[in-house]
Amino acid sequence: METVAPPTAAARSASRTPAPPAWLIGAGVLVALLGLLPIGYLLVLAGSSEDALSLVLRDRTVGVLGRTLLLAATVTSASVLIGVPMAWLTTRSDLPGRRWWTILGILPLVVPSYVGGYAVVAAFGPRGALQSLLEPFGVTRLPELYGFPGAALALTLFSFPYVVLSVRGALLRMDPAYEEVSRSLGRGPWRTFFTVTVPQLRPAITAGALLVALYSLADFGAVSLLQFDSFTRAIYVQYRASFDPTLAAVLALMLVACTAGVLLAEARLRGRARYHRSGAGASRPAATVHLGAWRWPALAYCAMVVGLAVAVPIGTIGYWFIRGIGAGEPLTLVLDATLNSVLASGLAALLAVLASIPVAVLAVRHRGMLAATLERATYAGFALPGIVIGLAFVFVAARYLPWMYQTLPLLLVAYLVRFVPEAVGITRASLLQVSPRIEEVARTLGRPPSAVLREVTLPIIRPGLMAGGALVFLTAMKELPTTILLAPTGFDTLAVRIWSATSEGFFARAAAPALLMVIVAALSLGFVLRQERDR
Amino acid sequence: MRLRSRVIVTPLTIIALGLAACSTPTASAPANGSADAGASAPPETGTVTIYSGRSEELVGPLLEQFSEATGIEVEARYGDTAEMATLILTEGENSPADVFFAQDAGALGAVAEQGLLTALPNEILDQVDERFRSPTGEWVGVSGRARVVVYNTETLSEADLPDSIFGFTDPEWSGRIGWAPTNGSFQSFVTALREIEGEDRAREWLEGIEANDPSVYEGNNPALDAVIAGEVDVAFINHYYLMQRLVEDPDAPAANYFVTDGDPGALVNVAGAGILDTSENSEAARELVEYLLSTEAQEYFATETKEYPLLEGVEPDGDLPSLEEIGTPEIDLSDLSDLDGTLELLQDVGIL
Repeated sequence: METVAPPTAAARSASRTPAPPAWLIGAGVLVALLGLLPIGYLLVLAGSSEDALSLVLRDRTVGVLGRTLLLAATVTSASVLIGVPMAWLTTRSDLPGRRWWTILGILPLVVPSYVGGYAVVAAFGPRGALQSLLEPFGVTRLPELYGFPGAALALTLFSFPYVVLSVRGALLRMDPAYEEVSRSLGRGPWRTFFTVTVPQLRPAITAGALLVALYSLADFGAVSLLQFDSFTRAIYVQYRASFDPTLAAVLALMLVACTAGVLLAEARLRGRARYHRSGAGASRPAATVHLGAWRWPALAYCAMVVGLAVAVPIGTIGYWFIRGIGAGEPLTLVLDATLNSVLASGLAALLAVLASIPVAVLAVRHRGMLAATLERATYAGFALPGIVIGLAFVFVAARYLPWMYQTLPLLLVAYLVRFVPEAVGITRASLLQVSPRIEEVARTLGRPPSAVLREVTLPIIRPGLMAGGALVFLTAMKELPTTILLAPTGFDTLAVRIWSATSEGFFARAAAPALLMVIVAALSLGFVLRQERDR
Repeated sequence: MRLRSRVIVTPLTIIALGLAACSTPTASAPANGSADAGASAPPETGTVTIYSGRSEELVGPLLEQFSEATGIEVEARYGDTAEMATLILTEGENSPADVFFAQDAGALGAVAEQGLLTALPNEILDQVDERFRSPTGEWVGVSGRARVVVYNTETLSEADLPDSIFGFTDPEWSGRIGWAPTNGSFQSFVTALREIEGEDRAREWLEGIEANDPSVYEGNNPALDAVIAGEVDVAFINHYYLMQRLVEDPDAPAANYFVTDGDPGALVNVAGAGILDTSENSEAARELVEYLLSTEAQEYFATETKEYPLLEGVEPDGDLPSLEEIGTPEIDLSDLSDLDGTLELLQDVGIL
């Protein structure tokens, strides 16, 4: 047992910051500038508005802002509480059917919130499925779901996997030495978990929580179906009612300010710690914890979470499907849309992972103002409603890049801006667990920095890169507003199909693409998990 | 473990392939696919780009028929009407669109107001009653959408419903009403209410309904769901939502109630089309708009979307009351683009 020093102290003493190579800075700056482009667009628009200040200061705007932040805080806490145990059980314990639970615990991410919102209402609405089950017991109406409770429930159910995915990666890579030392010094398993494991998970938990918080700021589908008056909804109302993007831009800038606040909070929580072993030696996989009799409550817990977050939406889609077939509704042709979805999301995932590497390497290996600023800038796009990002690119491309307007590459760039933070968070958390000494050894053996990155660092963090890619893939697949505005004309995706059918009330026609989306997602997750194990 | 993962993946793959490959073409696409379109040697060629605020489910089959009949290729972009209007306004002079097909007159009015639509020829405009087209000729109505009160037939019969929408401000309706104030059709209706009855009466109605503690829904379909589920007894929506739902779910316990006699509750809004001023394919664009008003297309709207056809001589589907019977209030639908005032009123009353 060669390393016993607590990771934080060891890391601080080892802190040194070599100057980053220019190409790394260049790549990082490019990614950050893309992320800031929508904000530039908003500033241009808002600058032309005369009522900007009165809109910002209106009582109602302030009230909506407060409620939205409360929602984000609630959803984030709930997601951490649900996600961390789920991640631990599926990586460290002998929970029966771990693989299944792993896939099922991440799958809710692919449920588009405009489908999930319907599902939550259908299941738990005042006269939903749950109420009809309870009808024999004299329950004629369930307590009010609409508003805050419903929105918090729906958003938590469909965003807690951000925490699962990020934390499970950290658990898999974590050096078990610290936990073993703690146990050998007489601490029990629970105390070890809370005093040794959880602190080491902090970067992963904050990375996941950050995504959940920003996602709940930006979501439109769930909040609108559950009638919660959130800030994003206010932005949409402004767009729809006045066909005038300037006031919407002012509101969106306020959302950007909230994002900045969330990022600051995250920076404080994140701390400056590093999480790799400081001495010599390599870590090995952690031992599996035998749950014993605890397996039953553990299984019940997983079943409950998965039941709510996976079975409810799939059940709702299945009900549409069956009702539609019963009414003689033919299945609609979705082969093209499936291929388009896989193509666009797959390329977006690849791009986002590549783009996350310079940003994360700078943030972890070359700390400083520049790296921190670049990293934060990439998050700008994630908390903005998709329509804002979409219109920003419409504005720029239709005017200045007509040859690129409404092409797949431009759509991919917009996806990149929307989803790169998902990859940055995980890549960064993975890098934190890699000791720079390994890279230094490669350097002393004469390899240039780019070769070290390619041949040493990236292979080590491959599971993290895969997880980040999977995350982007799943969320890009359900992306709607930017796709509608920017996709090449006639380029249908599954998400567009689902929306197009549900918006007209053709729920049966939405069922086949919705089921396909879930299946493609499950397949891709299965593939990623297999890669992880084959290492 | 290897084996285990295959057990998971294989059945999923089979289902996925099954779903993707064994599907059949969209409901009402013509039986003779585009394969033999080339054989009939279309007289004209060209391409026209349409931004459609109406979904592909509705418009796609119609556009295919148009391409087949004329040989003109159609590139279509689908989205929400307000999003498509904002898209055109953001693109400005650089818009690749030739035709804008919108779900309500207000969005067409907003785009026309920025000078982005060109005047349509009289032979197109004159096919439609002047109530349902732009007085300055920049857009033309294609199909009509009537506001209705949808009610749950298990708890109510038509005799229980008031003659005017102002009747719903009575406290007896407390807790029984559903509405969708963020919805475009609803906001158009409120705009009409302001135009017809004046600001004060409009405010009175909104405050009266708000005092009855209505349930708020995201759109017409969720509101309809709530009526069918019995969450509320009545909801203010457009007429065709229920008719479409009855196709999927014939036993849904709900019915449409049309208020009549020029009551603002009887507003008939239109989905309509206009041609962009910047269009480089204006000839093909004109043909497309003409096609939307052909007997074939009008019958399609009547049977498929259950809307009112606006071309003389084409009858609405089912037992809908005729447009004359409804007696829609006198209003210039272009004025429905004045949503700013409506938004302000809704926010002022505390509804938005």
